[in-house]
Amino acid sequence: MARMKFLCDSERCIECNACVTACKNENEVPWGINRRRVVTLNDGEKGERSISMACMHCEDAPCMAVCPVDCFYKTDDGVVLHSKDLCIGCGYCFYACPFGAPQYPQVGNFGSRGKMDKCTFCAGGPEADNTKEEYAKYGANRLAEGKLPLCAEMCSTKALLAGDGDVIAQIYKERVSRRGYGSGAWGWATAYKGSAA
Amino acid sequence: MLIKKSSTTGVAPQKSGKLSGILAGAALQTMDRRGFLKASGLAAGGLAAVSALTPAMVKQAKAMPSASGNIVKKKNICTHCSVGCTVTAEVENGVWVGQEPSWESPINLGTHCAKGASIRELTHGDRRLKYPMKLVDGKWTRISWDVAINEIGDKLLEIRQKSGPESAYWLGSAKFSNEGGYLFRKFAAFWGTNNIDHQARICHSTTVAGVANTWGYGAMTNSYNDIHNSKSMIIMGGNPAEAHPVSLQHVLRGKEQNKAPLIVIDPRFTRTAAHATEYVRIRPGTDIPTIYGLLWHIFENGWEDKEYIRQRVYGMDDIRAEVAKWNPEEVERVTGVPGAQMKRVAETFAKNRPGTLIWCMGVTQHTVGTANVRALSILQLALGNIGIEGGGANIFRGHCNVQGCTDLGLDVTTLPAYYGLVEGAWKHWARVWDVDYNYLLGRFQDKKFMETKGIPSTRWFDAVLVDKKDLEQPDNVKAMFFWGHGGNTVPRMPEMRTGMEKVELMVVVDPHPTTAAALPDRKNGTYLLPACTQLETRGSRTASNRSLQWGEQIVPPVFESKPDHWILYKLAKKLGFDQEMFKNIKIDAGDEPNVEDITREFNKGTVSIGYSGQSPERLKEHMAHQADFDIVSLRATKGPLKGEFYGLPWPCWGTPEMKHPGTHVLYNTNLPVKDGGGAFRARFGVERNGVSLLADGSYPKDSEIQDGHPEFTYGLLKKMGWDKELTDTERATIEKIGGNNPDAVGWAIDYSCGIIRVCMAHGVQAMGNAKARANAFGLPDPIPVHREPIYSSRRDLVAKYPAMADRRDYRLPHLGKSIQDKDVSKDFPIILTSGRLVEYEGGGEETRSNKWLAELQQDMFVEINPEDAARLGIKEGQNVWVYGPENNAKAKVKAMVTPRVGKGVAFMPFHFSGFWQGVDQRKNYPPGADPIVLGESVNGVTTYGYDPVTHMHENKATLCRIEAAGPSA
Repeated sequence: MARMKFLCDSERCIECNACVTACKNENEVPWGINRRRVVTLNDGEKGERSISMACMHCEDAPCMAVCPVDCFYKTDDGVVLHSKDLCIGCGYCFYACPFGAPQYPQVGNFGSRGKMDKCTFCAGGPEADNTKEEYAKYGANRLAEGKLPLCAEMCSTKALLAGDGDVIAQIYKERVSRRGYGSGAWGWATAYKGSAA
Repeated sequence: MLIKKSSTTGVAPQKSGKLSGILAGAALQTMDRRGFLKASGLAAGGLAAVSALTPAMVKQAKAMPSASGNIVKKKNICTHCSVGCTVTAEVENGVWVGQEPSWESPINLGTHCAKGASIRELTHGDRRLKYPMKLVDGKWTRISWDVAINEIGDKLLEIRQKSGPESAYWLGSAKFSNEGGYLFRKFAAFWGTNNIDHQARICHSTTVAGVANTWGYGAMTNSYNDIHNSKSMIIMGGNPAEAHPVSLQHVLRGKEQNKAPLIVIDPRFTRTAAHATEYVRIRPGTDIPTIYGLLWHIFENGWEDKEYIRQRVYGMDDIRAEVAKWNPEEVERVTGVPGAQMKRVAETFAKNRPGTLIWCMGVTQHTVGTANVRALSILQLALGNIGIEGGGANIFRGHCNVQGCTDLGLDVTTLPAYYGLVEGAWKHWARVWDVDYNYLLGRFQDKKFMETKGIPSTRWFDAVLVDKKDLEQPDNVKAMFFWGHGGNTVPRMPEMRTGMEKVELMVVVDPHPTTAAALPDRKNGTYLLPACTQLETRGSRTASNRSLQWGEQIVPPVFESKPDHWILYKLAKKLGFDQEMFKNIKIDAGDEPNVEDITREFNKGTVSIGYSGQSPERLKEHMAHQADFDIVSLRATKGPLKGEFYGLPWPCWGTPEMKHPGTHVLYNTNLPVKDGGGAFRARFGVERNGVSLLADGSYPKDSEIQDGHPEFTYGLLKKMGWDKELTDTERATIEKIGGNNPDAVGWAIDYSCGIIRVCMAHGVQAMGNAKARANAFGLPDPIPVHREPIYSSRRDLVAKYPAMADRRDYRLPHLGKSIQDKDVSKDFPIILTSGRLVEYEGGGEETRSNKWLAELQQDMFVEINPEDAARLGIKEGQNVWVYGPENNAKAKVKAMVTPRVGKGVAFMPFHFSGFWQGVDQRKNYPPGADPIVLGESVNGVTTYGYDPVTHMHENKATLCRIEAAGPSA
């Protein structure tokens, strides 16, 4: 069984935001919820680099550890998903997440939070695969169709890679050795406790 | 803090301890653009935008998984930039429900940018113009198509009666398909004016003029894919990471695989520059001194390609003389680039060949735009980088079909395919159109106006506002068509606004209402006609690399929108020339002209540039077999199209039956002509002052003429003894065209393509084999010379490098020196330049109406260097007024303090409109069709200034003053 991972090659990322709009497009993510975003470091200066960030589907996911209602689960592919039926919108997972992935719609006044939403690695949720119910709550389930997350599939420069962790790590290693430089796969060590290259 | 509502999204949350190791520290120190939005008080804008959303718009899940399973895949081409990405749509019951990567496209290989990845939204179109509307006493009123066409037609006929055909201005679009664009040009010809133009004027008109005057054709010489072959790259005055993101895939592959140095020359440290191996910051408006600074080192060290210059270049010694003036000290004084860096860049580019030179609007949008382009072309000629794989002048065009619409003559100076406006050109097209030349002549004011170039789109409002005695046409412009053209993309908007208010009839034909609908204070006489996007119809479009790609209809036109060709047919019918204009174009059900018939008609007439071989059938085959093409050579390596280049990049010589494979790299002598090879075009005669203009010992592979030669005529064919190889039909066509003098019939007007076919059989290029011109005699500056911007803050340089003297052209006065002579730099000390953002495109109405894009960029801003900001007391995110030196111009925008711009330079993006001098204009849009994001237009403060060859506007180097507007946020 493949272990699914994300990898963003910041030498390639140009902050075009295709990953962000592809995600919106594929999952009909509403205004104000950002499952994926691009962050730029040293903006406008020498050394400027951008990285595309979302839920990394961590090896030892802190969100799962802190959830008081245990709404998270991990699929056989290593994808971290959750049940919106169980989620109480407490926000613990947001504090725990090293990537700022969890998002919450505002449902009323005084900052009351709705059910948490985040990147599903385009793998839907607990409902039956590719049903209307699953789509309405979690968006697309591309994995069940044998496809990978659309953000990575559409990445303009192929900076964002998604798929079997061993395969994408190999692609990245080959890239780094061919070009002779690489500023590291951002977040990889934090999420997967190892080095990509 | 935890709540991620719209107003607080877009940047990593602060103070999250666990983030700090990765990004928080750096992100907080130097604000990025999206972080800036948050910090700059986005809350107001963001919430305003959200409250403007209709409930239907924020509702989840239009794209539910298929219940029926009846999903059909359709392929079209992205309608944003010129890269030409294939879009793969999943359609169910007439609704575009999903988008999939187009893996098989050799151009985008599955990928998209933010715009391409969100393009499905366009056909859902909450903010689209939904039905025809007109202004009635200041109120938008819904009308039917019939009423609209009738009323517009009646008014046009009245204006024609009163003021003549020159008083209607037809501003077309680079968003047309080739078929729509061609038909629009033909429409203007049948109406009887050359006042017809489109966005090429404001993006690459100076490129087309500059490179065509150098080596023959006004187009990118190689392709995005060919950059994989480059050993070095210079990107000058271009920011493809934002303007053409998918092209960066090819650029970065070239950089990584070949270890190719990537040099970015730009006044602004762009997102592209962030990936450069060397970034060169220049002062805006000093492109020629920069290039000459490089050439100085190249000539000084003998790094030029001497044999290439001897065989293929005319007049390089004249350039040497000018370059000699640009020693490293003078270059540094003018451009600001240190001498050591210039030398390093020159050596790197000269010693890593083939090298490609990429440029965009930073080079073209200047009062010296054409001369800039010429200087860049000359650099590539000096290094022998033109006509080879991995080299080239890789000019990234702007809009999705700006190359195609330029080629098909949406231009005030020419009929389709660059035939010009001379009598011979009109007669050629009259033959193709199968109408009498005298009929066309009768449509015009007179023969003089038939052959006189029209008024460039940058100055249409001058043709409304100037005193009639200063205007070389019978009357001012009274009717203005904005057919797929935003009103906020050219400078001097205060005057343009007055122009809009003064015309009697204003018609906007567009999927969106555009700036033109909201900006002027008009009460009556404005019509909005909803055109559909190219995703809702079918036809071909030409990518920047000259490949034609056929898009199929993804969904039928949404709401009451209609394709351009339908609207043109209806209007032609109303105006009474539909019978002649559509003589050989079938009208299908629902009054829709047959798209394939239109393609076939321009195939027949565009012999001169080889748009003749790309029949609709061949183009559809290419789309069906995309996977068979190699991603570097663009040649099919297997399947039924084996040997052809993807999209049959023009020139694709002769008729479709001749099966020319298209031309991947222009002027490439390493291939036979019949296999996509060629040589520079013999366009400027055979000799000048006793010096030959023809190539010397250089010729395309397998050519039977192993030297330069002039363009072919029937007479020359006879002299070579090759005329006997013509078929009877070809000979009969040539003789019919020639009348009394068939020998004079040139290859370009022989629409049988017999001359081309016979030449190709002998390995010879019918358009001749000449030298490229380093000295382009006939242009205002035959040798490019530096001229300070007309709004220059460097008064010490103005005397030595003055602007061109005031003159007249294009029916209008053209000022230069008289403006430059007035020193405004005390009151307006900061240089203002402008450019693109990745989320938006062009005037931006379409993309600012797309909720997935609009969310990413909600505020108009100005980038200010930290030193300037400190001096002016301006803080990050606060509102500032930017003042321009003309017409008391001003714009209120957010300040973004960043070292991205150099000291003394400010930058503003140009995609915004809907705020005017601090005032929100949302109420001026038809209800429900207002873009989600509005903002001040940079062109509200930009100034006068035009290139002498094309009247390209100056949009990259003017002056402004920036002041804080109220307390900081």
